[in-house]
Amino acid sequence: MTEITMPKLGESVTEGTIENWLVKVGDHVSEYDPVCEVNTAKVTAEVPSVHDGVITEILVQEGETVDVGAPIYKIEVDGDASADETADSNNDEAQTEAPVKNEQPAMPKQQGDRRLSPVVMRLIGEHNINIDELDGSGFNGRITKKDVEKYLADGPVKKAEPVQQTAVKPEPVQAPKAKSSNESGESIKVSGIRKEIAKRMVQSKTEIPHAWLMMEVDATNLVNLRNKHKAAFKEKEGYNLTFFSFFVKAVSEVLKDYPILNSSWDGDTITVHDDINLSIAVANEDKLFVPVIKNADERSLTGIAKSISTLANKARTNKLTGDDMAGGTFTVNNTGAFGSVQSMGIINQPQVAILQVESIVKKPVFIGDMLAARHMVNLCLSIDHRVLDGLVAGDFLKAVKEKIENLDPDAVSVY
Amino acid sequence: MAKLSYLDAIRDALFVAMEQDDNVFVLGEDVGKKGGVFKVTEGLQEKFGEMRVLDTPLAESNIVGTSVGAAMMGKRPVAEIQFAEYILPAVNQILNEAAKVRYRSDNDWNAPMVMRAPYGGGIHGALYHSQSIESLFVSTPGLKVVVPSTPADAKGLLMGAIKDNDPVLFFEHKKAYRLLKGEVPEGDYTIPLGKADVKREGDDITVITYGLCVNYAIQAAEQLKEEGYEAEILDLRTLYPLDKEAIIKAASKTGKVLLVTEDNLEGSLISEVSAIIGENCLYDLDAPIMRLAGPDVPSMPYAPPMEDYFMMNPEKIYKKMLELSEY
Repeated sequence: MTEITMPKLGESVTEGTIENWLVKVGDHVSEYDPVCEVNTAKVTAEVPSVHDGVITEILVQEGETVDVGAPIYKIEVDGDASADETADSNNDEAQTEAPVKNEQPAMPKQQGDRRLSPVVMRLIGEHNINIDELDGSGFNGRITKKDVEKYLADGPVKKAEPVQQTAVKPEPVQAPKAKSSNESGESIKVSGIRKEIAKRMVQSKTEIPHAWLMMEVDATNLVNLRNKHKAAFKEKEGYNLTFFSFFVKAVSEVLKDYPILNSSWDGDTITVHDDINLSIAVANEDKLFVPVIKNADERSLTGIAKSISTLANKARTNKLTGDDMAGGTFTVNNTGAFGSVQSMGIINQPQVAILQVESIVKKPVFIGDMLAARHMVNLCLSIDHRVLDGLVAGDFLKAVKEKIENLDPDAVSVY
Repeated sequence: MAKLSYLDAIRDALFVAMEQDDNVFVLGEDVGKKGGVFKVTEGLQEKFGEMRVLDTPLAESNIVGTSVGAAMMGKRPVAEIQFAEYILPAVNQILNEAAKVRYRSDNDWNAPMVMRAPYGGGIHGALYHSQSIESLFVSTPGLKVVVPSTPADAKGLLMGAIKDNDPVLFFEHKKAYRLLKGEVPEGDYTIPLGKADVKREGDDITVITYGLCVNYAIQAAEQLKEEGYEAEILDLRTLYPLDKEAIIKAASKTGKVLLVTEDNLEGSLISEVSAIIGENCLYDLDAPIMRLAGPDVPSMPYAPPMEDYFMMNPEKIYKKMLELSEY
């Protein structure tokens, strides 16, 4: 029997959440077969088996988060029924526990049987006990009547590091548990990624003093330019020349002149980044990913269009890696893609600003004293007011606006 | 107090009862001159004469029928059925006549009689000498069924049965006859029928059983103690009518109940005990009610390994107790 531990899925990753088990106890797996999906800081990765064998025990339930190195399942390796293997897995410590006799009526420490016997149910009701505070000593960790009586006599068992647990607790994610007035309806289990999104959003929204400004930009030149090259580009490159690519390109150029927007807030210091790595938000059914176009300022428009296309495809097929998501310094969000004309983005920590590119809408606009039909677009910028003030944000936005408005619709090439 | 075997204690009860009350007499196959095949009635005929210790023909229906008539006329017969399974020819007399006399005569008549019968296995007796047949009789109002588990209880309960004014079936475990020894009070020692008895105190699990299995369960409980679990052991003593109050109390105490019998599992007495607990103790239960019994096969085999497989023993009870304790 070999214990398999939570793999380290990237630098500085210390824990992982089992998103999905792809096998069950008793399944036979071959080496490299996917065993489970693990979610770490927004990446979902499939963990392959490192052995041929039969899964004998699953130690971590779906949705549970455990430290890297913690055992997550056990496998009976083919041709190794005698169970004296020690060398193989990547945690030798876990294996040094003396070979336990099989008949030993295991006292598994994991949260096992959560079914309650009638008497336990009655006692916890009568004494208003939170069952999470009880340790089960019965078979498979079942909570026995004796456990409840012991709890009532001795008080709650000191769990490991209760202080830390409560200290980290004030995640307001939990707090607003306002009960819906309407009891009926489907309840949806919150997935690991959803939880991660929720945690990050609450953290950003509560920690960062967001300020917001919007500028209306005349994108007529952009529309003309793009329409002129659209078909040929698609034919030649195989992917779309999107409006969004032009905005990303413009932002990457302007950020060079306003490096303070390309920074991060650490409390004591503001770090201005040399690299301009643009995060772009990509939604996939119920999940939101923010892959990164690295060194966007060094890329041509085509390069940017290609990166966007590649990352979006990866996100939609769950193939994003940790590297794809790491290192963003500023976010550009293509809210116009779903028809929005105005939105207030939540900043992607520890970045200090996010730009929302809205829908391009054709409308009557005064140019001088004349009315003209122009393609207009709103650019909405959310800034971290701890780092940025209105002036620099306004200047930045104005510069982006000018870049877009001054595109040459007659340019012969977009390369 | 003298230390007596289970068998000696029963004989002692017969001596005391016959001395106390001239209406008490004994009848059965070979109970007189031979003193019974197990020697339970040895010396009785010498002391009380042929008129009070009667050797009967090999006819159980006759033995019981005679007893019913004598009892209705004011005697207190103590009939011996040589082996419990031999009682079947007398079942009509027991169930239709003895048990219903009081009801049928609207309380004008009653039948104060005892039918003693050795039951149980573990003595290489095979088919005709190993059965537990109590479940046939434990659903007949008007009849009491008693099974003692210790020498003292054997004496006290038999005296209680003889003094009872209605018919009592008194099953004695034949393996216990010479296996169990214990202090037995001298002279008149009567235990009232219908009361179960806590034979051992414990708060982890409750074992409810009767007869020889009580002794086995106590042995198992001592072994279980080494694992840190204390078993409460309730001896039913009277199988019909059951002491429901004691059963409910014992089951509720720990919420984990093991029921043990040497009989075949299905439809055995412990099935009824299980039903009582299920009906009354749901909100005190901490584990499924567990039953340990003989397999559902026709009879205890003769071959020793097969007999061991069927027969209850302390080790089997211990294993089940441990399983329940760790549940």
